[in-house]
Amino acid sequence: MDISTIILYAIAACILGAGILAVTSTKIFRAAIYLLFSLVSIAALYFWMQVEFIAAIQIVVYVGGIVVLIIFSIFLTQQSGKEMAKPSAGKILASLGAALFGFLFTANIITHYSWGENPGRIFTVTVDQIGREMLSTTEHGYILPFEVISMLLLAAMIGCIVIALKRTEKTLDI
Amino acid sequence: MSQGPLIPILLVSTGLFFIGMYGLFTRRNMITMLMAIELMLNSVNINFVAFNKYLFPEKLNGLFFSLFIITIAAAEAAVAIAIIINLYRSHQSIDVDDATEMKY
Repeated sequence: MDISTIILYAIAACILGAGILAVTSTKIFRAAIYLLFSLVSIAALYFWMQVEFIAAIQIVVYVGGIVVLIIFSIFLTQQSGKEMAKPSAGKILASLGAALFGFLFTANIITHYSWGENPGRIFTVTVDQIGREMLSTTEHGYILPFEVISMLLLAAMIGCIVIALKRTEKTLDI
Repeated sequence: MSQGPLIPILLVSTGLFFIGMYGLFTRRNMITMLMAIELMLNSVNINFVAFNKYLFPEKLNGLFFSLFIITIAAAEAAVAIAIIINLYRSHQSIDVDDATEMKY
């Protein structure tokens, strides 16, 4: 077992441990912070796989955007020190059973399937390559999804403003 | 593990997905349910990048899928939080059991 395998297992332990704490912690603010650690560990996994661009996007969008948004909404909607009610034991048992069954089933399939990895080929990706392929209009280009995504983001932005708008008597008919 | 790191990475992403599923089943608070959904989306992203790197190293399709999933997740989180804040204004609570007007 070489050093890079040990690093992979350490990153995996961080991801899964922080993820378990994020879904079981009874204080909502702590759950958000554990989610933050889990997302940073996933970015570390991307760095370990040498896809630096995705790792940078993961840190910028998830850690810098979504977690900050979640923490803001926690502050806006409830007292951060308040304990959440624990789910009932029957519900915990049923969910744990479903999750464990699903995990073991999928893990069984993953470990018995012959994946046909080819370690001879080297995977290198540069930002230059990604940018060229994203905006190319030839057969393997991604210009159409790119434009559709930009329309989706615009629609989401306008929709958020309209949904969260404070309705007064004067603006009730919007 | 004699054949590269693909299987451990896939097992990590499977574990993360079912952790997110457990959270989605047990939580009743909308913000924590949203956090569980984020965990599940992240596990799918790990799968796409790992398949791209270890099975099809000459292509970039998996990378683009995870880029688009990250973008859609950001839009989804923004809309969900706008809905949560609006619900909190009208119900003074973000518990899913309290919002039952459209249930039946």
